[in-house]
Amino acid sequence: MADVIKKATRESYGEALKELAAEYKDLVVLDADLAAATKTGVFKKACPERFFDCGIAEANMMGVAAGLASCGKIPFASTFAMFAAGRAFEIVRNSIGYPHLNVKIGATHAGISVGEDGATHQCNEDIALMRTIPGMTIINPCDDVEAKAAVRAALDFNGPVYMRFGRLAVPVINNAEEYKFELGKGVVMKDGSDLTIVATGLMVNEALEAAKLLEADGISARVVNIHTIKPLDKELICKCAKETGVIVTAEEHSIIGGLGSAVAEAVTECCPVPVVKVGVNDEFGHSGPAVDLLKEFGLCAENIANKAKEAVKLK
Amino acid sequence: MDVAIKKSLQKTACKVRMGVIEGTFNAKSGHPGGSLSISDTLTYLYFNKMNVDPQNPDAPERDRFVLSKGHTAPALYSVLAQKGFFSVDELKSLRHIGALLQGHPCIHIPGVDMSSGSLGQGISTACGMALAGKTDGKSYRVYTVLGDGEIEEGQVWEAAMFAAHYKLDNLVAIVDNNGLQIDGPITEVCSPEPITDKFAAFGWHVITMDAHDFDSIDAAFSEAETIKDKPVAIIQKSVKGKGVSFMENQVSWHGTAPNKEQYDQAMAELNAQLKELED
Repeated sequence: MADVIKKATRESYGEALKELAAEYKDLVVLDADLAAATKTGVFKKACPERFFDCGIAEANMMGVAAGLASCGKIPFASTFAMFAAGRAFEIVRNSIGYPHLNVKIGATHAGISVGEDGATHQCNEDIALMRTIPGMTIINPCDDVEAKAAVRAALDFNGPVYMRFGRLAVPVINNAEEYKFELGKGVVMKDGSDLTIVATGLMVNEALEAAKLLEADGISARVVNIHTIKPLDKELICKCAKETGVIVTAEEHSIIGGLGSAVAEAVTECCPVPVVKVGVNDEFGHSGPAVDLLKEFGLCAENIANKAKEAVKLK
Repeated sequence: MDVAIKKSLQKTACKVRMGVIEGTFNAKSGHPGGSLSISDTLTYLYFNKMNVDPQNPDAPERDRFVLSKGHTAPALYSVLAQKGFFSVDELKSLRHIGALLQGHPCIHIPGVDMSSGSLGQGISTACGMALAGKTDGKSYRVYTVLGDGEIEEGQVWEAAMFAAHYKLDNLVAIVDNNGLQIDGPITEVCSPEPITDKFAAFGWHVITMDAHDFDSIDAAFSEAETIKDKPVAIIQKSVKGKGVSFMENQVSWHGTAPNKEQYDQAMAELNAQLKELED
């Protein structure tokens, strides 16, 4: 087997901004003193006149982005997920969401895989928060290829978009040559008939690995990648519910309010089947190496497979 | 200032105040006090300063206005109606279900450049507009009005720092210093004073003016246009409830609508003021 290439989606974000700068003249980038970490520094180096550091002031940054967008700019407001969705929530809601402005929020360092910085910076609540804002689009790409495609899709879409990127290098599982990103459309990564694993972000790769483990036990798992959490591809989710009878969701986010909740809300309306959630339980994280934390909190193929085995018994 | 222009502005401001009373009376809610304290300033901006066209409200080259103290939307709506962005009759359905005019400014209303009302946010959006203008080398200017209580919000000072750092000399922030906020005098609630010193310390050019004297208003905004490389803060000394005797300097009129009797008295006073100006 060839060596797996790994890359953090925050790297993809910075590179995509730089690559798209020439094509999209109105693209501007804002950051809040984290350009080296969010990787917008890559854009800053290439286009310094279109990069604006707002200092450690995320609330103002979101408002500035709204004002820029109202004048025809396409601002990418960039900071850690904790501050983008957490600290600045109300500004995102009232200054960006309510007027439905064309602001793109690049939220990096999402989830528990932030690692050593610990609970204060491990944002497991952002999807839940952003989902409640009317008209907000939420994209959580699974790898480098998808992340770059997501940035372009966000640029081509007129309206507020929250993009979620990670700090940890994760396997590149999509083929850049063949990949096509469709906003709001889930992707069947692997077919299966006994259950569907609906995953997002770095958990998509874990879900594919889980499917292999299940196959060894004679369980056929379908794997669906939901890169756009809102608007959710309800049609595909309901089709999977009907065809496989049970769903396991997998996300690097709280089990409250994220992908699992969105999927459960959808199937209760179209085809009520058991939905078993793999995610961060109702607790804070703590410091440690990202890979160890992911295992400890059950955000891994083994735990998905175990939950899947329990889930098929609920059918 | 030219005497005829001044008189014309005074008359328009009086009509704007009538619209504030009309709107809040019919809505049975809203914020007349702080709307009346900014009525002269908004009248001056829309009738003597800003480049705006009611026939083309989204013109890219227009000057921008953000009412950061969004709860005083009745004054903004009233001045927009006088200017012709929509009918003066709309004011009667302010805050009604299905009506155009929302309780706080909404970007979808003709002439409104930004949704606002959650305090502290408008000045940041105004910074973004000013930055866009600078980046594109455009000549439009951005005006925003904040309450003196509003500047207790931390976001205001994030924005103040940002505006000075990026030398947004196309931005003017007006602080409506009527001295009263919902819970009482600003100096008793959690004092934001000294306001002028604070903005100066944040790198702004600071001007003070009498918010109910068009000569003073004209001098302040004319001076603002001459300032280079710094944003301008105009601290306007104003009277909450200005123009309606029983509302003046009364904190109770921050967020209370007049009843029928009070409405009649307020309109009688404003009509008398208008008649005097027309004589």
